[in-house]
Amino acid sequence: MTSGEHAAASIAGVRRPRVFRASLRAVYIIWYRDVLRYWRDRARVITSLAQPLLFLVVFGTGLGSALRGGFGANTGTGLSYQQYIYPGILGMTVLFTAIFGAMSIVWDREFGFLKEVLVAPIDRSAVAVGKSLGGATQAMIQGLVILVFAPLVDVKLTVLSVLELVPVTFVLAFALSSLGVLVASHMKTMQGFQMVMNFLMMPLFFLSGALFPLTGLPSWMTVLTRVDPVSYGIDPLRRVVLGGAGVPNAVLDKLGLTLFGHTVPILVEVLVLLVFGVVFLLLAARGLRVRE
Amino acid sequence: MSEAASEAAILTEELAKSYGDLEAVKGIDLEVRAGEAFGFLGPNGAGKTTTINVLCTLLRPTSGRAMVAGLDVDEHPDRVRASIGLVFQDPSLDEQLTARENLEFHAFIYDVPASERKRRIAEVLEMVELADRAGSLVKTFSGGMRRRLEIARGVLHTPHVLFLDEPTLGLDPQTRRHIWAYLEELRKREGITMFMTTHYMDEAEFCDRIAIIDGGRIQAEGTPEELKALVGGDIVTASTGDDAIAAEEIRRIFGLEPIVDGGTVRVEVLDGAAFIPQLVRETSVPVTAVSFHRPSLDDVFIKLTGRAMRDEEADTKDRMRVMSRAWRSHR
Repeated sequence: MTSGEHAAASIAGVRRPRVFRASLRAVYIIWYRDVLRYWRDRARVITSLAQPLLFLVVFGTGLGSALRGGFGANTGTGLSYQQYIYPGILGMTVLFTAIFGAMSIVWDREFGFLKEVLVAPIDRSAVAVGKSLGGATQAMIQGLVILVFAPLVDVKLTVLSVLELVPVTFVLAFALSSLGVLVASHMKTMQGFQMVMNFLMMPLFFLSGALFPLTGLPSWMTVLTRVDPVSYGIDPLRRVVLGGAGVPNAVLDKLGLTLFGHTVPILVEVLVLLVFGVVFLLLAARGLRVRE
Repeated sequence: MSEAASEAAILTEELAKSYGDLEAVKGIDLEVRAGEAFGFLGPNGAGKTTTINVLCTLLRPTSGRAMVAGLDVDEHPDRVRASIGLVFQDPSLDEQLTARENLEFHAFIYDVPASERKRRIAEVLEMVELADRAGSLVKTFSGGMRRRLEIARGVLHTPHVLFLDEPTLGLDPQTRRHIWAYLEELRKREGITMFMTTHYMDEAEFCDRIAIIDGGRIQAEGTPEELKALVGGDIVTASTGDDAIAAEEIRRIFGLEPIVDGGTVRVEVLDGAAFIPQLVRETSVPVTAVSFHRPSLDDVFIKLTGRAMRDEEADTKDRMRVMSRAWRSHR
């Protein structure tokens, strides 16, 4: 069929779009575009290692030395402070990459590309899902790259612990990138970005247990740390990484996240992250659906 | 559905759109027939882009109705979206992707069947003469090439109606001519209905029919010839030793209504060629230069609204657009 005939044939009856099918394909292609752009920008993967490296080497060494008696003795765990924050820094990398990645939606809006997606005959929740999965994939890869620093802080990785890290990292990345899409769906320009950084990302990071154990804190802070979704990602990361390196469970429980005095099992933590992610995503889809 | 609605590619009835207190579009009736190239003319801020955004389901009408391809835009936005193509006023390509990747992305979200995707992409790339640059990143493209790629993308999924919002804004005259040649070719080959906005009056000549919009209302509608007939004759423009005296004499001797504007005297006459010798003979002040032209759409606009199409504000805004495009292309 020539294109002329095609146009003529479709004038008679408007092609009924298969919205659901098209939306699934849209999720795939939106995800693929993000991953492709990330891959094209490989140099960034290397340069973005600078921040976690600073935290591990400079901050970790500095604060570790300042802790009177040493982190291991203070907490009764025998761990160095650097070993303690290492999984936290992995989580930090996931947090920042996921939210930045998902917020590229705001760039897409500013540079016009979002319009191309918003006028397509697809359900706009596909945009939210595609962007969230795209951001999550980047964040997971970026987070796993941090594993190359393990020898630096004297943490042994095993095949099993690395395999376990993949799903845990991905679920954390998914929850956070969904949060990023939610924020981005309500932002018209990048001007509010500094606000997001100061009032969202930094608190999420500081309250997550990445840099200090979430035990023995004042009650106001205990509450905040427990509503921080990142807390439910840092603890499983630490259990997997340090557990794999031979740190006994009793020690991990001592450092771990508790709810109402009970240790929270990894599966529950992962489930909490999933619920956070899905709720953020639903809200984001609703935000994107609004037409003036 | 009424018969008119089923034949018309676009039909609006009392279509209005307000942003808070600001009435951008104040109740317009339009009918665009299938296969037609329809020009929507007006200065910036006249309501052109708002109208397009309502027709392409990006905005919801405040009141009134709009049908595109026989479908109500408010009731069936998904089906309307599937049957239209868009070339936006501002760039909307992903510069980090290649030309082909941009088209593949589009083919995917518009559900172009896998069997047709490759052939169709090759076809539209060929049409806008970008086949040899298909693998290049869009950030290496010039403004004209980007526009061509956006046009190719707009028709990739064989839409019924192609909306073009200022498709040549910010491009140099040669590239503008090129773009119009592509659009002409496209219309022949795809039999597509085109709805375009522009504020370059000369470009509107390309359209079968034109509506002139100003202040959110349609001021006139018809073929370019019909609209020009509203002016009623030739436009004679003269430079004289003293424009005020010349204008006064023209008014007195010929009973015409001249306009003194920017160092020239403009007057509308039935036959420009016959009028010029009389003008030179009868006026007491010297006529240093004189010319006449057939009425243009610019003249129509001046006649309808009492002012020229381009105002300073629009020019500033356009310059900013052009600058931001230039900046982006160097990004």
